[in-house]
Amino acid sequence: MFSPKTIEQVREMQETWLRRLEDHRCAHGERMERFTTVSGQEIKPLYTPLDISHHDFLEKIGFPGEYPYTRGIQPNMYRGRLWTMRMFAGMGTAEETNERFRYLLSQGQTGLSVAFDMPTLMGRDSDDPLSRGEVGKCGVAVDTLADMEIIFKDIPLDKVTTSMTINPPASILLAMYIAVAEKQGVRKDQIGGTIQNDMLKEFIAQKTFMLPLRPSMRIIVDTVEYCTREVPRWNTISISGYHIREAGATAVQELAFTLADGIGYVEACLERGLKVDEFAPRFSFFFDSHIDFFEEIAKFRAARRMWAKIMRERFGAKDPRSWMLRFHTQTAGCSLTAQQPYNNVIRTTLEALAAVLGGTQSLHTNSLDEVLALPSQEAVTIALRTQQIIAEESGVTNTIDPLAGSYFVEALTDEMEAKAWEYIHKIDELGGIVRAIELGYPQKEIAEAAYTYQREVDSGKRVIVGVNKYVTDEEIPVEILKIDEAREQAQIRRLREIKKTRDNSKVRKCLDELRRASEENRNLLPYILDAVKSYATLQEICDVWRQVFGEYRDPGYF
Amino acid sequence: MSQERKLRIMVAKPGLDGHDRGAKVIARGFRDAGFEVIYTGLHQTPEQIVNAAIQEDVDAIGLSSLAGAHNRHFLEVLQLLKERGAEDIAVFGGGIIPEEDIVKLKQAGVKEIFTPGTPVEVAVNWVRENIKPRGRR
Repeated sequence: MFSPKTIEQVREMQETWLRRLEDHRCAHGERMERFTTVSGQEIKPLYTPLDISHHDFLEKIGFPGEYPYTRGIQPNMYRGRLWTMRMFAGMGTAEETNERFRYLLSQGQTGLSVAFDMPTLMGRDSDDPLSRGEVGKCGVAVDTLADMEIIFKDIPLDKVTTSMTINPPASILLAMYIAVAEKQGVRKDQIGGTIQNDMLKEFIAQKTFMLPLRPSMRIIVDTVEYCTREVPRWNTISISGYHIREAGATAVQELAFTLADGIGYVEACLERGLKVDEFAPRFSFFFDSHIDFFEEIAKFRAARRMWAKIMRERFGAKDPRSWMLRFHTQTAGCSLTAQQPYNNVIRTTLEALAAVLGGTQSLHTNSLDEVLALPSQEAVTIALRTQQIIAEESGVTNTIDPLAGSYFVEALTDEMEAKAWEYIHKIDELGGIVRAIELGYPQKEIAEAAYTYQREVDSGKRVIVGVNKYVTDEEIPVEILKIDEAREQAQIRRLREIKKTRDNSKVRKCLDELRRASEENRNLLPYILDAVKSYATLQEICDVWRQVFGEYRDPGYF
Repeated sequence: MSQERKLRIMVAKPGLDGHDRGAKVIARGFRDAGFEVIYTGLHQTPEQIVNAAIQEDVDAIGLSSLAGAHNRHFLEVLQLLKERGAEDIAVFGGGIIPEEDIVKLKQAGVKEIFTPGTPVEVAVNWVRENIKPRGRR
């Protein structure tokens, strides 16, 4: 980007400056011996044209909406449309979730996002012994289609898009959503939304698993295959780095393992005989935005550039939509502190700003009380307002990718990319991501990073305000939302009532057909759809799979 | 003084909650501090935890919970230990646990609760000071 003559002059000047810097440092010292990102990446005191002297502008940076999309996937980014402000919500009963959704829509939120309770996430009904004490705790309980009908009551499914954070039973929840839409008179090809449906990161990080790796992959590919034909506006997999990061990964690990998972899904779909440009445009991504501002922005920019390259060069995709990495962001839950909880508003603001400067398509901002319990309405509103202030007051949305060309941001973007490629090559050498997970490779890398980080915090080397510095003794009272234990009983009653009143012979027939299809390698979606419409429960469907495929057990690496 | 045998600590994740970052960091910290550590892995019922604790002959169980089901799970573990005549196995815990629940759990017999932000060293020192090897049976 610079003429050889300029580079030479800068080099000379920089050498002189570095000597002065050294003298100054010897005389006055510096606050720290090494300056590093939250991920431990070393940062230099100054970046200059020398750090990006090798850059070919068109190859590395280029224009928004064009390959390699470093600057964003749309030509006009937020000048056209703002990101979707999508707050994850779900609590207690289906009725309460419906009420909160309608409130959020009335407050200007533009997309829905459902959080399910642990039993639902794990494919268990509310009356299962393993569900004791967890029904409706971290999200809404869904046992049958009846619960989904209540959650989306009076919400037009052809007008909103819905993101469902669900993994092992993702195909079942999608089937329920399709069934609810049909009852509203909305066709499959009119609905839009996302299921997370990303099992690889579950084995790596979040640990919401049910079936072993390979059958899990088969059901994911079934979903992709079905949606490609029947539900064309549905985002079939949300390939998630968020949980990888929250489990303690560094930014580079988050980037690398997420893209490696993406490669794994593309390969699995190609093996099924699907054509890359038919399914890849519906893959989306989900990243964490942690507290280290520039590292996060560099990560988002590197992710887009790498995915474009992977899709075009490695998989030969021709459709530009296959090259584009679209992503949702959530601010880092793990950066929040129980101590001095109001400080979390400021952390979340910085993280949200990084996500916006990194070009996110949608964003969830955490509430200040999320480290203590499910967020209260007031805290959720502040979190949503944070996004609205960034969007409509701060001015950062006026121009596209404003940090491009910063010597530092470009150099950091390059460095993260180079380090992430190293991981991806290592995983390729191990035989691909599925094999790498079976070997425990990413799990152990993350456990190591998490431990290193914790030691740095404990030793005070890494400052967390209110935790290991500027600590106060006073308790700051925060209103905490509590979930009434009686709701578990109410949910169980509803489930029993449905089991009594539904056509049980029809349920049995649907489940038998699902079993045969599971054994015979047929696409399972049509069978799941029939089963949910007969009001078969989530667990009845999952139990068929547990019997056919077996269950995955946590190897517990630490 | 005769050489004391190493403390045996079980780190356990009851219930369906998959947040195991804290449990693993603590398990690793305990191991580095010289304790023998048994980590149960995820998705254990209180019955499984108590069975394993008795079988492994541990001195204490550290329970981790970040998904709101601590009251139920921690109390069940205490109850089952009592039923099995193993209430001398100390129980402590950590995770996202509101202050008023901490008070209740301690009254019920949980020895200590560590909330987010607790340095590993604090938990290690607490174990050193408060957990003694049980008499062998």
